[in-house]
Amino acid sequence: MTKKQKKVLKRIIISAALTFFIALFEHIILGKAGDDYRFPVLGEFFHKYHFLLLLLYLVPYFIIGHDILKKALKGIKNKQVFDENFLMAIATVGALILGAVTCGEEGGYLEGVAVMLFYQIGELFQAVAIGKSRKNISALMDIRPDYANIEDENGNLVQVSPDEVGIGDIIVVKPGEKIPIDGCIVSGSASLDTKALTGESMPREAVEGDDVLSGCVNLSGLIKIKTTKPFGESTVSKILNLVENSSMKKSRSENFIAKFAHYYTPAVCYGALALAVLPPVIILIARGGMPFSEWAVTVLSSWVIRALTFLVISCPCALVISIPLSFFGGIGAASSRGILVKGSNYLEALSETGIIVFDKTGTLTKGVFEVTGIYPAKGEGTYSDRAGNLGEDELLKYAALAENYSDHPISKSLKEAYAKRLSENADNESISEAAEKKDNSDSIDKKTVIEVTDIEEIGGHGLTASVDGKKVAVGNIKLMNKLMLKADADNLPIGTIIYVAIDGMYAGYIVISDVVKENSKRAISELKKSGIRKTVMLTGDLKTVADSVGKELMLDEVKSELLPGDKVDCVEALLSEKRKKEKLAFVGDGINDAPVLSRADIGIAMGAMGSDAAIEAADVVLMDDDPAKISLAMRISRKCLRIVYENIIFALAVKFICLVLGALGIANMWIAIFADVGVMVIAVLNAIRCLNVKD
Amino acid sequence: MKKTYNIEVDCANCAQKMENAANTVEGIVKATVSFMTQKMNVEFAEGANEKNVMKEVLKACKKVEDDCEIEF
Repeated sequence: MTKKQKKVLKRIIISAALTFFIALFEHIILGKAGDDYRFPVLGEFFHKYHFLLLLLYLVPYFIIGHDILKKALKGIKNKQVFDENFLMAIATVGALILGAVTCGEEGGYLEGVAVMLFYQIGELFQAVAIGKSRKNISALMDIRPDYANIEDENGNLVQVSPDEVGIGDIIVVKPGEKIPIDGCIVSGSASLDTKALTGESMPREAVEGDDVLSGCVNLSGLIKIKTTKPFGESTVSKILNLVENSSMKKSRSENFIAKFAHYYTPAVCYGALALAVLPPVIILIARGGMPFSEWAVTVLSSWVIRALTFLVISCPCALVISIPLSFFGGIGAASSRGILVKGSNYLEALSETGIIVFDKTGTLTKGVFEVTGIYPAKGEGTYSDRAGNLGEDELLKYAALAENYSDHPISKSLKEAYAKRLSENADNESISEAAEKKDNSDSIDKKTVIEVTDIEEIGGHGLTASVDGKKVAVGNIKLMNKLMLKADADNLPIGTIIYVAIDGMYAGYIVISDVVKENSKRAISELKKSGIRKTVMLTGDLKTVADSVGKELMLDEVKSELLPGDKVDCVEALLSEKRKKEKLAFVGDGINDAPVLSRADIGIAMGAMGSDAAIEAADVVLMDDDPAKISLAMRISRKCLRIVYENIIFALAVKFICLVLGALGIANMWIAIFADVGVMVIAVLNAIRCLNVKD
Repeated sequence: MKKTYNIEVDCANCAQKMENAANTVEGIVKATVSFMTQKMNVEFAEGANEKNVMKEVLKACKKVEDDCEIEF
C-alpha cells in the first residue's frame, strides 16, 4: 500500500468505528420512536432535537467523505459535472437530507454515511488490487538494467548509468547481473539466462567472441563486453519501449467502453433526476388536492430514495477499470513468455484469427541444413561389397574429413553432424568403459590424427581428397557420373543428396535437408484444435520439399516456388477469401517478409531476438523461434478476451437488473452498494486471471 | 517529436479524461495516456515549446482530474 492508501485506510477505520458507535447509540440505546424509549428522557430529547443526531453522523461522514465532496465541487466548477464523485456526493448528501426531512425515520443518516464508507472501501480495494496487479505485471516485464560496471584507471569497478556508456566501451558483467547493453564478449565465458527475453528457461553458453544481448542474466563467470550499441538502441531498451507503449494502442472493447461511459454517466444522471421528479409530480396531479407537506414526506421522499439508489448502482467503475486491466494482464502474461504483443488491439485481433499463413524456412523449419540420413551403399560393386563393410559413421567420417577445409554450407552441415556423432560416441564409450571395453568397429577414435591431403575442388560437382591414404570423392550425381560410378538415383529421400566414393568405388550417399522444428507439428495441431479454420504455408522452396513438409505437418494448403513478391499476392488472395470478422495472421522470421508482415491483419515475427527489422514490422513478436508460442499467444488472447466479455456482460447485467429494481423501489441502498463496489471488485479479480495461462 | 512522461493518476476513467483533456491543448498532435504503465505519450507539433505545452497540458488535466500529476 502506498502512503496515500494507508491514509485512506486510517480514515475508513476511524469513520467506520465512529459510525458503528453512533448507530449503536441510535438504535440500541435510544430505540425507535414508535416503541417506548428505553431511556425516555434521552429519547425524547433526541427526538425533539433531532438535528443533534445528524451532527453526530456528520463527523464520520466528513472524515470519510470530505475529499469526495471537494472533488465533486471542483468538478462542477470545471464543468466536468458527471463523474463518480458527483454521483456519490449527490447520493449521500441526498440521503442525509432525506433523513433530516423524515426525522431519521427512514434511516437516512446511517445509509448516507454507509454509502460513502463503502464507496471508499471499494475505491481503496480497487486501488490496492490494481496497484498490486500493475506491479506484478510490471515485474514480469522488468528487464531494465539499473547500472553498468566499467573499470576506472586503477582497475576498480565503478557503477555508472547505462546511458553513459558509449559504443566500443568495455563493460564488466558479474555473475547474477543483467547485461545492460548489447555487445560482444572480449574475455571470459558465461552461461546466460535469456528467460526475460525469450521465455526459454534453458541457459545459453556464451564464450569469447560471441555477441550477447542486453537483458540476459549472467548466471556464472565474469565477462567483459565491448558494447556495440548505445543503451537506447540495445535490445532491452527496445523491448521495454515496445511493451510500455503497448497499452497505448487501445483495443476496440476499450474504445467501446470509453465511448459508452461518455454517454452513460450523463444519461444515468438525467434518468435519476427524472425518476426523482416526474413520478411524484404525476402523482400529485393525478391525486389532486393532496396536501403539499404530506406529498413531500410520503411520495417525493420515496422517489428521491429510488433515484439516489439508482445513482449509486450506475457507477461505471467496474467496466472502466477491469477492461484495460484484463488487456494489460494478457500482455504481461504474454511478455513473460517471450511473446511481445504491441498493443491491446492486436491481442484482441489474435483471438479472432481464422487463417494462419506460415513462412516455411526459419518458421516451421529450422532454416539450417542438417544431415538427416546416411545411407552406405550395399549393392554389387560398391565399397562395402569389395573393401569390407562400411558403417554410417565411417561414411560420414570420410565425407566430413574430405570437406574439412571447405566453407560451403553443406560442408558445414557434414562437419557438424560428424562432430555430433563423435561426442555421442565418446559419451557412449565412457559409459561402456566402466562395464567392459568393447571393440566397436563403428566407433571413431578421435585421438588418431587423420591426414587429409590433395584436396581438389571440381566446380559444380564437388571435390576429391585423400583421407587417411584413401581417395575420397564427395559431390553430387554429376561427380559420380564423371567418375563413371553407378549411384542410387531412385526412391531418394527429399533433400540435397551428397554422394561419396572411396578409392574409386561408390560408397553411398548422405541426405542433407532443412529440418522441421520439433514443436511445429504440435503447434499446428494445437492451433487447429483451438479453432483455426485454415493453415497455409508459403515458401520459395521446391514443390517436392514443400509438399513433404506440408504433409508431415498436416497443413491445409501449401504454396511453393514463390518469389518474395508472390507471397504478398498469396496473402492478398487469402485476405479476400476470409470470412467476416475473421482475421488473418502471417508468421514469418522477419527476414525478407516485412511487406507480408505488414499486409496481414496480424504480423507475427519469430526468433526476433536482436532483429530490429522484424520488431519494427511485426505486430506480435516471438522472441525465440518456437512455433508452439503462436498457439500459446492465441490461448492467452482468447482467455483475455473471454474475461473482458465476461466482465462487460456481468457488470452490465447486474447493473441493469439493479437499476430496474432500484427504479421500482425494490432494491435498497445496500443492494446498490453491492452493485457498485461488489461488481467492481469481482470484475477486477476476474481481470487478474488473465495473468495465469498454462503453458 | 514524441516524448513519454511519467504521470500519477488514480483511476482508469480519470486517465481517459486526462487523455481527452491533453488532446485539446494547442501544440499537441496526439497524446495518449496509459493508466496501467502510468505514462503519457505526447507527440508535439512542429516547433512547439515542450515545457510550455506540458504546463498547459498539466493545467488542462488538473481541471478534469484534480489528483493527477505529470513529471516534466
